[in-house]
Amino acid sequence: MTTLRYVYAVCRPFRSALQAQLTGVAGVPPKQLTHHGLVAVVSTVPEADFGEAPLRAHLEDLDWLTVTARAHQQVIDALTAVTTPLPLRLGTVFRDDSGVRTMMEAREEDFRRVLDRLEGRVEWGVKVFVEREPAQDAEPGPPEHGAQSGRDYLRRRRMQTRAHEDVWQRATEFAGRLHEKLSAFAEDSRLHAPQSAALSGASGQNVLNAAYLVPRADSEEFVELVDREKDDAPGIRVELTGPWAAYSFTGEFAEEPEVER
Amino acid sequence: MTTSSRLPEPFGQGGGANLADILERVLDKGVVIAGDIRINLLDIELLTVKLRLIVVSVDKAKEMGIDWWEDDPALSSRAHRNELARENAELRERLERLEQLAPAGKAARGQEEAP
Repeated sequence: MTTLRYVYAVCRPFRSALQAQLTGVAGVPPKQLTHHGLVAVVSTVPEADFGEAPLRAHLEDLDWLTVTARAHQQVIDALTAVTTPLPLRLGTVFRDDSGVRTMMEAREEDFRRVLDRLEGRVEWGVKVFVEREPAQDAEPGPPEHGAQSGRDYLRRRRMQTRAHEDVWQRATEFAGRLHEKLSAFAEDSRLHAPQSAALSGASGQNVLNAAYLVPRADSEEFVELVDREKDDAPGIRVELTGPWAAYSFTGEFAEEPEVER
Repeated sequence: MTTSSRLPEPFGQGGGANLADILERVLDKGVVIAGDIRINLLDIELLTVKLRLIVVSVDKAKEMGIDWWEDDPALSSRAHRNELARENAELRERLERLEQLAPAGKAARGQEEAP
């Protein structure tokens, strides 16, 4: 079976062992590939799944993508517990170890620069949701009985919208204040597009989706800050996720110019 | 292992992590390195559709009156989601137009749209 190398992250050498039972995207434990004092965390994957054509096909499959994304993230999580990894985008695949080494050498300066900046920092995700009020969920009439005119439909919608707007406004104001406080505490912050509920499975509408770069040592305090703020927000839900690897703060790592090799 | 003893317990991660949180990071935020296997995630049609579903702009959606993705179980069946969105938007637009044609309060029901 032909195999390829899947790269999860680049980091500095670390002393601590990764969890023994940790497995990567193809069920194989990740290993470390050291080159010029940097470590690429890689695992062997079958070409039958990660070659160009099969990978492209797999990426169209949400189930495969889900499992693979979780496995990728699991490795990144394990690394985050012991070091500061620079996480690579899902699906970064090389033919063999020497391909990985060549890449590390070519991007060595970039890696070092970003790793220095992120050293000892983690990312916390904070989302604010407007909770749906139960009354708004109830349909005023059974839509399937009798023909409803477009007027009726739209009138109902408008009433719902108006009732919703108050909560909406309170929530966006709350989110604005929260973001201001949190970004004042954090070293850096990023605002991401709100998530739809289709995949997140979260209830309510997402009005703030932000990421904060926080030194590991200050994380406890950051979490407490979020906890305190979310207390005075009726009808509004605050969700905290993390600690993540600093995914949202790798931006200054310039994308490789498109060159044919 | 206790190197990270100062770090609070992970919140919302692990097995119960929100899929959207993970996908948005591993597909959209990590460092982009061109490997030997060249896959441009943006070229992948279905994936792109799915990512739009994950990170739909709320303002845009609200403006269009679209909130179907909040409750629609058909979303998980992945087949007609795109069509559904388009159809919904078209239907709502059509309803708006119909209402404008009948401002006096009588429903425009049964009438054809004015030529």
